[in-house]
Amino acid sequence: MSTQQTSDDARTPGGALKEAESRLHYAVRELSQASWVITLLSVLVALVVGALLILATNPQVQATMGYFFARPGDFFLTSFEVIRDAYSALFRGAVYDWQAATPQRAIRPITETLVNAVPLILAGLGIAIGFRSGMLNIGGQGQIILGATCAAFIGYAFQLPLGAHLLLALVGGALGGAIWGGIAGVLKAKTGANEVIVTIMLNNIALYLIAWLLRQQWFVQTGSNQPISASVDESARLFGILGTGFRLHAGILLAIAATIFVWWLLERSTLGFEMRAIGENPEAARTAGVNVPKATALVLIIGGALCGLGGAAHLLGTEYRLAAGIAGTLGFDAITVALLGRSRPLGTFLAGVLFGGLRAGGVLMQAQTGTPIDIVLVLQSVIVLLIAAPPLVRAIFFLPHPDGSPRVRRRRRLRDQQAAEAASEPAPTQEVSK
Amino acid sequence: MSEQPTQESVAAVRAEPRHEADTHLQPIKWKFPITYVLLALLSLGAFTFLTPSGAVTQFRLATATDIVTLPAANLPSFATALVLSLLQLGLGVLAVVAAARRIKLGLWHPMLFGLLFVLAFLVYAGAGRGAFIPVVTLLAGALMLSVPLIFGAMCGLVGERSGIINIAIEGQLLAGAFLAAVAASFFTSAYVGLLAAPFAGAAVGGLLVWFAVKYHVNQIIVGVVLNVLVIGLTSFLYSTVLTQNAEMWNARQQLPRLPIPGLSQIPIIGPVLFNQTILVYLMYVIVFALHILVFKSRWGLRMRAVGEHPKAADTVGINVPRTRVFNTVLAGGIAGLGGAYFTVGQGLAFGQEMSAGQGFIALAAMILGRWNPKGALLAALLFGFSTSVGQVLSTIGTPVPSEMLLMLPYVITIFAVAGFVGRVRPPAAEGVPYIK
Repeated sequence: MSTQQTSDDARTPGGALKEAESRLHYAVRELSQASWVITLLSVLVALVVGALLILATNPQVQATMGYFFARPGDFFLTSFEVIRDAYSALFRGAVYDWQAATPQRAIRPITETLVNAVPLILAGLGIAIGFRSGMLNIGGQGQIILGATCAAFIGYAFQLPLGAHLLLALVGGALGGAIWGGIAGVLKAKTGANEVIVTIMLNNIALYLIAWLLRQQWFVQTGSNQPISASVDESARLFGILGTGFRLHAGILLAIAATIFVWWLLERSTLGFEMRAIGENPEAARTAGVNVPKATALVLIIGGALCGLGGAAHLLGTEYRLAAGIAGTLGFDAITVALLGRSRPLGTFLAGVLFGGLRAGGVLMQAQTGTPIDIVLVLQSVIVLLIAAPPLVRAIFFLPHPDGSPRVRRRRRLRDQQAAEAASEPAPTQEVSK
Repeated sequence: MSEQPTQESVAAVRAEPRHEADTHLQPIKWKFPITYVLLALLSLGAFTFLTPSGAVTQFRLATATDIVTLPAANLPSFATALVLSLLQLGLGVLAVVAAARRIKLGLWHPMLFGLLFVLAFLVYAGAGRGAFIPVVTLLAGALMLSVPLIFGAMCGLVGERSGIINIAIEGQLLAGAFLAAVAASFFTSAYVGLLAAPFAGAAVGGLLVWFAVKYHVNQIIVGVVLNVLVIGLTSFLYSTVLTQNAEMWNARQQLPRLPIPGLSQIPIIGPVLFNQTILVYLMYVIVFALHILVFKSRWGLRMRAVGEHPKAADTVGINVPRTRVFNTVLAGGIAGLGGAYFTVGQGLAFGQEMSAGQGFIALAAMILGRWNPKGALLAALLFGFSTSVGQVLSTIGTPVPSEMLLMLPYVITIFAVAGFVGRVRPPAAEGVPYIK
């Protein structure tokens, strides 16, 4: 139909130009709707915001600012160098280090990125399942802590053969997370308790629980008063898959398997369909015969298990010893990972790799240029905020709105409204949103 | 006698259609009376009979500035715990009788019960330790720890009553703490910091409501992300600007204590309540003002209307987006003021992530207080008190791990939202963007 229209246009005078213009508009509009474009532009804006922050706090730049009107060139040159150094260090720390001495060192950053990404992907998938089912699981932190705690205890307190020990530790970690998520899930299913509040509370309870456990000698088994546990046995560790010199461990395989599993669960299984159904419309799901309480509880149990697995993989693959700060900011990072991945399994995987990379690169950036790694948090949050509000990104880049400019849209809506009111004399009583 | 009418009324309720049943007697709720009796028995069993006989619990009641210096109280642990436990049991039985006769007991009952229970616990915990339990320090610590919680809970309350879920209280507190420290240090006056702090909180609140009202982004998501943003920004600026020139940007400034003449010399409560900084007095004013304004003023009525039924509010001419924006920014300002407590209120320099999850506890306090200023105040004080007890007991040594005590508020909150402590109902339109 559109080809018909364009050929019609072409026949009219000046049509060719108009056609090209409309084609361009069409292409731009198409682009501005594509989610990957929004994602890319959000990352771009975040990098610009980060650059401004780095410039504003850099002493060298401040010095050149002092004589800006005498020699503005200095200011721009220094600014450019500072930003180039910071972001190139970020890239070298995250992807490929072209300044490294050996080829092995040069490709090490990308493996570090994946090491960081493993717990983020696993926990992010757990959160994403919740989002797809209309539940906000803020409790990733607590579930990760419980997962790591169970995995660690099994890892050093039990003596088991090589394969079974690792398997049991991983299962234990998943179980720990599942129990912690399950408390929120069962309470929501049985009493309607808001899962946001319950999971936040469980995060804090987990923090005190781990602090208490680390003071108990039967638990830490180290013989010292340090609040840190014994080291996990060799047989329970996630083995390295690239040999010495690399920290990359089998957890990445686990993360890939979990991504495929979650895809299958959400897109191909009956349970996943039910979960998505209660996320879209719980009333409709109930009418269609879905056992809503059961599905609700299962969402948080499975989500918790994945978060617990993330904590277990972090401990068994990277940390080996349990300490109070084992989860770091993983729990909240996992939420941003799930949001950035739009709660899709593949998206979450890629988002986890991106944030893992930011973290790995941030370490090198801090070491080489003195830019604090906290800037990574700013980048992450700006990216996620912008992705959540595509109209804002379009406004920043002057991209057209999907269905015309706001003004056109408003006029059109007004017209439709008047037409609707004219059509049905008693104004249709709309169901008020709950 | 107590059982008979219950079952009848239950049967009556079941027999009637629901809309008629509402006018009949509700089934008697046995949950609370039973809980009271169980807690009293716990107090009798654990706190009384586990207390070593002949032990003495020592309470110190005085501070240096009192007019009348109260002597330290040396109580025989076993006898005191026994008396307190029996009193609790009496209150428990009273609750059972009152429930059976459908008499409503006032707020004094749970509060008195809680006081007796806590006292019995303290007697047990301090028995034979040879150390004083410093009562004034305990209470002053409770109030201190509650201050940011109370400000945060008031912030959450104003936001949620107008329909905006505020998970970003944490970020608002932290932003307030940061700006208060920086402004106070730069102008070398703690009061300038106090003036600046609300603007930082209001800015975070403004961002929240901008995304929520203009772009209809899920408010919980915006809140979570804003927390990360504020943590990132403040930590980044802390590691760069504030540490490069700490003298100029992050020097310690403290609000002076302003004892109220007369009142501050009352034993026990005087030094706790009336020898405080202006920030704490401001807190009294804000809580009292909200207590009146939320339910008795035009502003409060509009706020609640927008939070409960925005369509109806819009129909009578209330500008829903504007009300939400104004109230959320105002709420952010309140939280920012609370954040000032972390730095200028305590005379500390800014430190990374110094709000340490208090914003989330404030959120819990607000929910536990059922979106009501008075309730939120009591819940925040409860949280502050249990933390203070945990801290005091961990210094004098205690039979109960302090982590368990610190966990308690969160466990209570979970029970509360799971419907055990009465029905918790949020404002109806909370978190729902209003689209005309």
